[in-house]
Amino acid sequence: MAAHRCSYSAFLLIICSLSRFFVADSQETTLTGDNHAAEVDNPQTATETAGQTAEQPAVEEKLWEATEEATPDDADTDKQDTSTPETAAPSSVPQPKDDFQEELVIRPLHSGDIYTSFQFRTLWETDFMRGNKVSHYRLFPKSLGQVISKFSVRELHISFTQGYWRTMQWGQPFLPSPPGAELWVWFQDSVTDVDGTWKELTNVLSGIFCASLNFIDSTNTVQPSASFKPLGIGNVTDHRFLRYATLPREIVCTENLTPWKKLLPCGSKAGLAVLLKSEKLFHSSFHSQAVHIRPVCQDWQCKTTSWELRQTLNVVFDLHTPGQGKREWSLFKMFSRTLTEACPLASSSKIYIDITDNPQGEQFEVSPATPLLGQAMVLGDRRTFSVYDLTHQITFGTVRSLNLLIRWKSSEGDMLRPLLHGERYVAGYGLQTGEIHTLMYNNHPYRSFPVLLLDSVPWYLRLYIHTLTVASKGKDNKPSYIHYQPSKDRVRPHLLEMLVQLPPNSVTEVTVQFERALLKWTEYTPDPNHGFYVGSSVISSLVPSIVAMDTNSTREQPLFSSFFPCKEESSYFVRVYTEPLLVNLPTPDFSMPYNVICLTCTVVAVGYGSLYNLLTRSFQIEEPSPGLAKRIANIIRKMRGVPPL
Amino acid sequence: MATTEVERRRGQLAALSIAAVVIMVGVPLWWRTTETYRAWLPVSQINELANMQLQLSADVEVVFARGTVTPEQQKKVPLTQTQDEEHTVDENTALRYRYEIRYRTATVMEEDALDQPTAAEADLSLHTLSESPCGSLVVYVIPESSSLLPEDVDVYIGQRRTALLRIGAQMRVGRTLEQLLAHLEPRIKQVLQVMSFSHTDITAALSDRVRLSPGNKESIADSMRAFKSSPGYEITFSLLNPDPKSHRLNWDIEGAVQTYIQPLLTKLAPVANFSLDSQTLYYAMLGVNPRFDSSSSAYTLNSDSLAHVINPVEARLGSNAASSNPVLNFLLYVPDAHHSPLYIHDNKKQEVPSNAFHSPRWGGIMVYNVNGFYRPEAVLPVDININMAKVMGVFLAQLRLLLGVQSSTAPPGFLMAPCGSTGLADWELDRLMWSRSVENVATATTTITSLAQLLDQIGNIVINDNIAEQVSSAVTSLQLAVAELEAGNLGFALQYSKEAIMASERAFFDPSLLHLLYFPDDQKFAIYIPLFLPMCVPILLSLLKIVSEVRQKRREKQAKKD
Repeated sequence: MAAHRCSYSAFLLIICSLSRFFVADSQETTLTGDNHAAEVDNPQTATETAGQTAEQPAVEEKLWEATEEATPDDADTDKQDTSTPETAAPSSVPQPKDDFQEELVIRPLHSGDIYTSFQFRTLWETDFMRGNKVSHYRLFPKSLGQVISKFSVRELHISFTQGYWRTMQWGQPFLPSPPGAELWVWFQDSVTDVDGTWKELTNVLSGIFCASLNFIDSTNTVQPSASFKPLGIGNVTDHRFLRYATLPREIVCTENLTPWKKLLPCGSKAGLAVLLKSEKLFHSSFHSQAVHIRPVCQDWQCKTTSWELRQTLNVVFDLHTPGQGKREWSLFKMFSRTLTEACPLASSSKIYIDITDNPQGEQFEVSPATPLLGQAMVLGDRRTFSVYDLTHQITFGTVRSLNLLIRWKSSEGDMLRPLLHGERYVAGYGLQTGEIHTLMYNNHPYRSFPVLLLDSVPWYLRLYIHTLTVASKGKDNKPSYIHYQPSKDRVRPHLLEMLVQLPPNSVTEVTVQFERALLKWTEYTPDPNHGFYVGSSVISSLVPSIVAMDTNSTREQPLFSSFFPCKEESSYFVRVYTEPLLVNLPTPDFSMPYNVICLTCTVVAVGYGSLYNLLTRSFQIEEPSPGLAKRIANIIRKMRGVPPL
Repeated sequence: MATTEVERRRGQLAALSIAAVVIMVGVPLWWRTTETYRAWLPVSQINELANMQLQLSADVEVVFARGTVTPEQQKKVPLTQTQDEEHTVDENTALRYRYEIRYRTATVMEEDALDQPTAAEADLSLHTLSESPCGSLVVYVIPESSSLLPEDVDVYIGQRRTALLRIGAQMRVGRTLEQLLAHLEPRIKQVLQVMSFSHTDITAALSDRVRLSPGNKESIADSMRAFKSSPGYEITFSLLNPDPKSHRLNWDIEGAVQTYIQPLLTKLAPVANFSLDSQTLYYAMLGVNPRFDSSSSAYTLNSDSLAHVINPVEARLGSNAASSNPVLNFLLYVPDAHHSPLYIHDNKKQEVPSNAFHSPRWGGIMVYNVNGFYRPEAVLPVDININMAKVMGVFLAQLRLLLGVQSSTAPPGFLMAPCGSTGLADWELDRLMWSRSVENVATATTTITSLAQLLDQIGNIVINDNIAEQVSSAVTSLQLAVAELEAGNLGFALQYSKEAIMASERAFFDPSLLHLLYFPDDQKFAIYIPLFLPMCVPILLSLLKIVSEVRQKRREKQAKKD
């Protein structure tokens, strides 16, 4: 009992820490060369304070016809006119309330693949929930702004992923996402009809991103009680306002990328986004694009809040094709483009190359070399990066274009095993029952830590929750918290959430048996023999860190290291998605309805026919025919001329 | 022998009764169980609507100022006249205009108001005296010698619902009142046409219902320009900056919208709901390459290439996520440094003074040149504040055109007051409301009648109760709107016509109408053939047998008789 209470308090601790939002990473930019000008620029100091914005056109000009009919005069007086209201003086420029940053991280993976991660962040100091309906957008995309204000969204996270992230080979991604589409939204507590709003929202998003998000309905939507806490500010943690849904089947392609690129202020015309060519991006092992919207603090005291839109795009390129001999890659080889400029609207535009495993340059060689090095705490590890600041012309050199190139020298080296990872598979045979196995690996040599497991299983797999077992190292491992919501046929899915303590250096196995339900014939997909997808399990955890973390969120730090808020200095937040499952359901012959109708009709017709015959035929009594002996005797008697018997 | 006969008789009866049961119970049962649900629709009322007799009534008050009528004429006023005008538009639509004209003499206060030095002041003080309701007009007849109007002006149209009419020179005292009225009538008509509704406006509003004979090009262009009537509009201002490297643009759109656009929209609130937003789009290019004109060292866009400008920009504008109302786009294009300055040329190769153009039922585009700021010593990007007064003047004029507020060209001798800070005179609003109500009524009737026709033609469509409800409410609102138009209550008429249009659209676009649309009858029958065939063949055969036996018997009887 005591142990139970203890683990329950551990759960509470997790809840509390997850619901906070402070970021605990750090970056110290160090200048190794003598290029002091390349220090991180501070956009705030360059421009002056807002306050001299009042220099606006005179009010008496507001009669419309004066401008319409007097336009010829206007053209004449244009020269004098422009001198007063259209000043080019920088002193009268109001400080923009929004800010845009872009960033690209390149990490050579031990498998020989290249992990590239784009992050674009737009910060806007505004209040969508104001009563004032008029809204004016500058850098923030209008379509998303309208969605936020119309549906009273507090936080919105949407991701489209093609391929599965191989944690054991590639390590942890900066931003995890499950295969297919994932959408989770926190609504404002002013929303009364959350389900209706959610339905409308998914339809609108489906239009914005050209995805089949409109297939999200109550049968694949859950309200997780603990796994998905708000990542932005806001104290509401009542999960009535949370909706989570995945579409594991969703295919991600160019038509999803184009609207995603359209949300960027520079589009794909300038800055890092020129690299986003779809024919290269989708020729990759893993492609994931996401949009995250949340309210964040502007400063340490959180006096002012602003909305943050993060657009991320993660790609793993498989460039190490055997037989090509030389192992090298360049921006041009990956994206068939080189960089020539930063987005002029971005206050910061940087490329980071992870050179942690290559401190002396014995593994690979990066050219052009950069004097700028950066360090960041990311996912519990201190990494070193070469930094290329695109806002400085010197980065592009004399050829005015930047084509980063890495040449491998040796392929040795060992990857730090990820501390947490998960797997899942379906066991069993036949089409009636089965068993879902979820394996969670704790690779930490000496620390155990709790994880939250979230499973959302569609209703047509009927879980037998009494068969749920959690075992690690062959022993029963009792979860300290279980939240189970049984499914309702055709209404809602199963939701299983539990808090499990993972012992050090162990595998914890969660198994649960299920029965496959029979669907109605209209409920099958067009290709039912392909199977039915079950979305990924989500494992969220605070993983103990090897190095101390920094919890100051307002410091200048790379975007990729600052998404998940973290409060404790000794651990960091990780979310791991398992594979989605593909389950075969008993599939009928689809001409069945017609066959059934035919068969029933035939049976009815046969029964009816005999009844009809019985009723309408007239019956006559027929003389029973005499026996064979009698007949023979009669024949003989006939021959003898004696009358028959 | 008798028993077999009885047995045969019994068999025949059984066959007949089974046939009867199948026909009387089986077939109706099958019919009922495979039938689609179709709620009742007010078909007869819809058919009545197809034949539309629309009557518009306007109240006009004609006030004689001192010095325009003789004392004996004055004795006969006040009096009321009703004038009717009938037009047949096509075989199903007829229009009737009714003007109720009341004549009276001016009160003392009105006389005082008319003594103001200028017409504008007189207009204002007359307005403060009494406010005339929506849709009505007051015409003040002032003496020939009045100094209110300039020499060559006969009619002054104010900002509200009043007009000043100078009595003709030949009208002198001594004539009868009838002659005076007969003299005034055509000119009052003229004033009405300008300030209230004219036949061309109303027929243009009926374009949804009536196929108009192609008139002159200009009137078609006029009628095509304005947006269709809708319960709401989204207005989007977009600043296109194709070159953020050379210039950083600041526009105080929030303040400008408050100062210039919002007053007009507040005034237009009875007509429709408006929502406003703005965005800035970077690297948004025009679809055509402007030509360099070396004579003026400027780039030019010809009027025939303007049609290609919009398409590539429109892909960036984005549709409205929050509503499905029509969007009015206003684009401010600041050309990039390499194509600057940029001027729009009209058909006659002349520079358009406003450097702007509009696209019918879409929005407007204005080109704003900033090349004056590229000084040699300037550091790129140059910060530029946009002169919003200049921009909003153009956009406001375009907005008026696109919303259908037509400043119809005044007949000679008319003087229109410049409309005030709201950008819209009361009578202009009335004019818009007249044509919008008629347009709404026309659109809603067409929608409802075509829906009824469609449902009538395709028997497979399920008509749910909510659709029937929407249809009935649309029909009721339509009838109310027509009645209010007849009574001259313009505000209510517009309100009801809006309700009618919304209900009719909701019914027409209801997704439940599509469910069974593609379930053809032959498939339904094919499925039941395994049941029908074995059931019907024995019945038919035994019926044939009975018939032939009856015939045989009759023949035998005949033979016996012979």
